[in-house]
Amino acid sequence: MDQTVAAPGSLADPGALGALGSGGAAASGPPGRLTVPRALRGLRRALGVVPFGVYVTLFLLLPMIAVAIGAFRNSSTGSFTLSNVKTATHGVYLHGFEQSIVLSVITSILPGIFGLLIAYAIFTAKRGTVLRQVVVTASGVFANFGGVPLAFLFIATLGSSGLATKWLIDIGFDPYAHGFSLYSLAGVVVVYMYFQIPLMVLVILPALEGLRPAWREAAENLGARSWDYWRFVGGPVLLPSFLGCVLLLFGSALSAYATAEALTNGTIPLTSIQIGSFLNGNVIAGQENVGKALGLGMVVIIAVAMMLYVALQRRAAKWLR
Amino acid sequence: MAALGRAGGIGPPRIGGSRGSSPWASTGWRWLILVLASVYFLIPLIAALRFAGISSFGSVISQSGFTSSLALSVRLAVITTIITIALILPTTVYVHLRLPKLRRLLEGITILPIVIPPVVLIVGVLQIAPGFLKSTEYLLALVYVILAMPFAYRAIDAGLRALDLKTITEAASSLGAGWITTLWRVILPNLRTALLSATVLTVALVLGEFTIASLDLYQTFPVWIYVNSQTSGQVSVAASLLALFVTWLFLMAITVIGTRQSRKTGGGSVTLFTVARQETRGD
Repeated sequence: MDQTVAAPGSLADPGALGALGSGGAAASGPPGRLTVPRALRGLRRALGVVPFGVYVTLFLLLPMIAVAIGAFRNSSTGSFTLSNVKTATHGVYLHGFEQSIVLSVITSILPGIFGLLIAYAIFTAKRGTVLRQVVVTASGVFANFGGVPLAFLFIATLGSSGLATKWLIDIGFDPYAHGFSLYSLAGVVVVYMYFQIPLMVLVILPALEGLRPAWREAAENLGARSWDYWRFVGGPVLLPSFLGCVLLLFGSALSAYATAEALTNGTIPLTSIQIGSFLNGNVIAGQENVGKALGLGMVVIIAVAMMLYVALQRRAAKWLR
Repeated sequence: MAALGRAGGIGPPRIGGSRGSSPWASTGWRWLILVLASVYFLIPLIAALRFAGISSFGSVISQSGFTSSLALSVRLAVITTIITIALILPTTVYVHLRLPKLRRLLEGITILPIVIPPVVLIVGVLQIAPGFLKSTEYLLALVYVILAMPFAYRAIDAGLRALDLKTITEAASSLGAGWITTLWRVILPNLRTALLSATVLTVALVLGEFTIASLDLYQTFPVWIYVNSQTSGQVSVAASLLALFVTWLFLMAITVIGTRQSRKTGGGSVTLFTVARQETRGD
């Protein structure tokens, strides 16, 4: 607590405020401050983020490190071993990773596109309208809706005797006769869209807000058609945010647990469900730490996806220039 | 009223008004998208409503554990929101002002919780948490702060970006305001919309969270629905709908109150993630 007060306190210092700009800190400070070594000042500056840093370390970094260490430990003796990782990357668990990745790719790209369209539709609708308020609040609710309630909703809708299934049969199309099942990967995709699309709407809206109306007006004054505007102005400006949002959806789909678990009773081979079953105690003796190895695997997948994102964003940034 | 007038006046140009494309075509695609979306989002609600029947809603409330689990969820929502805002707001403002180079890092860190599976997080947390924390339900709130971070940070960051933070802080400081005064009386009022978004998102998250609560063995409202679902299908579908409805009501209430508050002070309408302030900056 002391640091939060102490460090920003220096902000009230007129010299410090002058240094707020891009970085010429030493030059603009009053003479007395020049004697303070640079490193020390940097340290003092960094104090403002200490509470946040401590919190994140305690509740995010340390737990993740614990998982990573556990993945390489024999669960009974505690000694170093690679067998957990080996088990986690073979057989059912490898299949789980494959299915998880396929599911996450589909349920990040499709909702990404639909979510963008919906967000744009309400963004261009008049500000302050009821429509906008309702859609955005609904997105807030649906984006966090999942697990058992969501599974129930869809069983009542697209289950073998669900309402929508009946309607479809009435118009001559029985989805279950065409290989569809709510309890398969395809079913999980349909259900995941229910929280992924709203999530996309929520996270892409700020980026849309960043599209200044003046840019469009300027483009139109220069004779641009709608397509030109999107190709040369709107698209390039939005692309980095769009990619970032899709990455976010990928992570969200990969880590979703409760919905698929409730929907398929854990029969669908997804990595998050396999980890959950380790926590629930359905473990073969001696394999307790395989769950941690699976967790580490998921983190690695996310890390790879993020690297891909950074690379894509660099290219997008080049395009912007 | 003031807000409405402004909304009509300065809003961005409508697609319908653009040259080169027919206004009908562009309005058409918007409605098509919205209709498709409402079909996809409403049909499951209707199906569930028909399956549950009206009568089962009454029996939900009388089920044992309903009140206590709902109260626990609301309590956790309040605590999580307070900690989240107290942690994220000063940090984000500080980084924006004094450590702009750290912004990307902060962005990276705050995105982690959404990409790190909660299942994995709770495995780690339960492994390292000391006993006194493990035995209290408030451990959940502490972990939820981490889960809420991505949304809260993004809402507040978007709000800050819309402000000309440097100018207003310099103005405040040249008028003799200290850091605390600047944060409290200059930055905070300008961030009301962003803070409200952060609150709404955090509350929605806590009220709907299942994975961590169930694996930490606390009966929050979503966990209660699951446990209760063993007894009656209809009642649990009704409870699911009720959960959705309660969350929605809660969020609507926050949004409406926030809008009224900010209208009083001349702000724009309140929606999640809105950066409406940039329009009103000239006031």
